[in-house]
Amino acid sequence: MIKRLIGLVTVVFGVLLVTFLLIHLVPGDPVEVMLGESASSADRVVLRAELGLNQPMIIQFGHYLQRLAHADFGLSIHSKTPIIELVKTRYPATLKLAFVSLLIGLGVGLPMGIFAALKAGKWQDLMVSLVSVRLSAMPAFWLGPMLMLIFAVWLGWLPVSGMEANTSIVLPALTLGLGLSAILTRMTRTSLLEVLNDDYIRTARAKGLSESHVIIHHALRAALLPIITIVGLQMGSLLAGTVITETIFSWDGIGRLLVESIEKRDYPVTQACVLLVALSYVLVNLFTDMLYQLADPRVKLVYAV
Amino acid sequence: MAVLAGRLLQLNPNLIDLNAILSTPSSTHLLGADDLGRSILARLLHGVEVSLLVACVVTILTMLLGVFIGLVAGFYGGRVDRLLMQITDIFLAFPGILLAIAFAAVLGPGLTNLTIALCMSGWVSYARLTRGQTLSLRNRQHVQAAESLGASVPRLIMVHILPLLSSILVVEATYSIASVMIAEASLSFLGLGIQAPDASWGGMLRDGVRYMLVAPHYVLVVGLSLMSLILAINLAGDYLRDQLDVRTEK
Repeated sequence: MIKRLIGLVTVVFGVLLVTFLLIHLVPGDPVEVMLGESASSADRVVLRAELGLNQPMIIQFGHYLQRLAHADFGLSIHSKTPIIELVKTRYPATLKLAFVSLLIGLGVGLPMGIFAALKAGKWQDLMVSLVSVRLSAMPAFWLGPMLMLIFAVWLGWLPVSGMEANTSIVLPALTLGLGLSAILTRMTRTSLLEVLNDDYIRTARAKGLSESHVIIHHALRAALLPIITIVGLQMGSLLAGTVITETIFSWDGIGRLLVESIEKRDYPVTQACVLLVALSYVLVNLFTDMLYQLADPRVKLVYAV
Repeated sequence: MAVLAGRLLQLNPNLIDLNAILSTPSSTHLLGADDLGRSILARLLHGVEVSLLVACVVTILTMLLGVFIGLVAGFYGGRVDRLLMQITDIFLAFPGILLAIAFAAVLGPGLTNLTIALCMSGWVSYARLTRGQTLSLRNRQHVQAAESLGASVPRLIMVHILPLLSSILVVEATYSIASVMIAEASLSFLGLGIQAPDASWGGMLRDGVRYMLVAPHYVLVVGLSLMSLILAINLAGDYLRDQLDVRTEK
């Protein structure tokens, strides 16, 4: 566990360093790019000092860390408001979207995977894998518009975009969740099939336990490990997927904030968004590792380098 | 094949036909026209050329970089390995295309910057894969034998290790072409990739979404094409994997 934490610290430090360096990758003078050519030289001096760009890199990095420790992301260049305020309103929206998507992914993926495993080799199994292969070849920016076209434009059941109505979350969450469910379906099917032929399953069946009891309490528990791994790994693409999905559906989360900040060349906001999403992912991974231990007591947390 | 088709049909992807703005498929514009009256078919074919080019270049570059890092880490082990793996861990901490988005954002749009951005996040998987394989190959008897016979390090790597890695890498590369194409389309969709008036599937999808209410065929056609292409490449990957009999750990 200690080793795992040390590894975590180095990764977090590296993430901080990379996001810090991002702003220095802007070709030419970042101040010039951000303010545009028409800015007065006084404005430039102010911004340069504000960003600390006139100091040596190492001191800048020190200041950056110090500010972050106080949850201070600096000011947005565009709106002049503290970035932390922007983030405070946007981040929960993204969390909500990611959480609902995860529920959809699990709610669809697990039952479908179990169903396919039980019907392995039959036509139902074939149908499930046919659908899931196609679903997983659908990136968010194609599935999203399709769902929008069908449910919002043609059928008119759900709002096209925005987040005013309670049902607004359905389409973006489906976009993210269905992609996840396709992967989960396949993973559940394979890992369940592997387990189903094991001796202890035969023993459980021979004891006269009901089939559903055997599946849920004996087989699924053992099949859970690879599923947790996949969910943890997929949370990454889920988080990255929110950037696209939020843009499509005008969902005011951190992903949309990121895209907006890029369009406005508001680099401090871009930096903050990238940092937050990356740190969330690191935390999710840590959480996955802990779940792992919970699901299988034999697993000890060892940080394998 | 797509590239050939573009050449054969002699369609101009930037030719504007003002009478055909957002028109549905017809005999003059087989798949209809977009918001500026340009032929969707022509733009699709042109876009796929650029996409495939970017995907191939990015795949080759990331593979070279990743394999190099993986080989060094796996071959030397110890401190070098730990350091390199720490670096890959940091890059892995950025989920999916986030790093590419971030780099594309600060570098600015354009084909070269797009390629750089995609390369930044792509090499990690190759590095991990190669390192893992090299670690186990390093202790195989034939490598140890060659080493004790005085073979140089480059020779050990090039002659005794790399050939055994090649089939796994080829399979990985096929899958990565598909994922790079998706990433490229995502970036173009966000306006960070290939810029107008050049055609790209991501950009076309974005326009398609914008005009979805008036011309749903636009987004449908582009989306379906993209999905078919990704499926085709993935199926090719599956086929290659079966042929080369690579046991992946995925």
